[in-house]
Amino acid sequence: MFGAALIVFRESLEAALLISIVAAATRGLSRRNFWIAVGIAAGLAGSLVVAGLTERIAELAEGSGQELFNAAVLGIAVVMLGWHNIWMARHGREMAAQAKSVGHAVKSGQREMSALAILIAIAVLREGSETALFLYGLAAGGGSSHASMLGGGLTGLVAGVVAGWALYSGLARIPLRHFFTVTSGLILLLAAGLAGQMARFLVQGDIVRPLATPLWDSSSLLPMDSVIGNVLHLVAGYDARPSGMQVLFYVLTFLIILAGMRWSRTLTPRTA
Amino acid sequence: MKALVFACLMLPVAAIAADLEASLTIRNHQFSPAELKVPAGKKIKLIVQNQDPTPEEFESHELNREKVIAGNGKATIYIGPLQPGKYPFFGEFNEKTARGVVIAE
Repeated sequence: MFGAALIVFRESLEAALLISIVAAATRGLSRRNFWIAVGIAAGLAGSLVVAGLTERIAELAEGSGQELFNAAVLGIAVVMLGWHNIWMARHGREMAAQAKSVGHAVKSGQREMSALAILIAIAVLREGSETALFLYGLAAGGGSSHASMLGGGLTGLVAGVVAGWALYSGLARIPLRHFFTVTSGLILLLAAGLAGQMARFLVQGDIVRPLATPLWDSSSLLPMDSVIGNVLHLVAGYDARPSGMQVLFYVLTFLIILAGMRWSRTLTPRTA
Repeated sequence: MKALVFACLMLPVAAIAADLEASLTIRNHQFSPAELKVPAGKKIKLIVQNQDPTPEEFESHELNREKVIAGNGKATIYIGPLQPGKYPFFGEFNEKTARGVVIAE
């Protein structure tokens, strides 16, 4: 019961963090909730499929299939987040200024939101497939009754959603002037962190070389299983013992997206 | 930028060699051997065989690795090259019983 609650809470919190940051960053975009719902639903459906196929996926590419799959999923998420940030760097202020304006901002809003739905689906897919697999294992192991497992799973899910909602409410309270700066910053860190994770999977599957194992070890200063370490890991991709390749992916992603945002800001937005 | 320069300096000349293999078995939510000795400074191809019907997640903060292994399945995880030392790992789905340590020497 407790095990199920804890695992589901942890996984749903990871997805909820990403969703709430994205939701906060897209306040005021038309039909935002619809697209977010689509993303969550698609992700959940995908999770069940992936959980059923895990063995097959892992058998591919000589046992490195899981890593390749994870890395691909993360890669798509990084591109989506980066693109969102670059796009918002130009349109964010404009949209805030003329909130509720119709015309091309809304149209581009639609396009933008369908991309974000994909991003959310990917986040839910990743966490959801792990959760589904774990619960399936608990059920197959017969260690606990279905009722207590479902109860635990639901408890964890609700707790994760509540935590995500709390974060969203906190973000939504930031005055509009600083709002885009804060959410862009969060998304930038999130994207770089996911790129680092991607490198980790590629190293684990021997698809790229680690360069240094580890590049540094800060586990005595800030361990991964401490509360702060875990939060930093989720939000900014902190790792106590990263490989050189992980840091390289992180830094490059951070710089590329930042450069994109700067460039995007210099373009004069078309006014309707 | 510093990291980038450092990373480039770390690029060793690619050596083509057969991977060193080590293997672990999961049975009744326990790892065997619980102490796995591997040579330090070498890349190791770790093959984990799960003989339980339930999935398990091999996880280690020290090795910076995590991988789900399906029930009655097997997985390959590359680790290292490692400094000499002890690197604990555990099974996330059965943390109480599934514990072990890689010893690099």
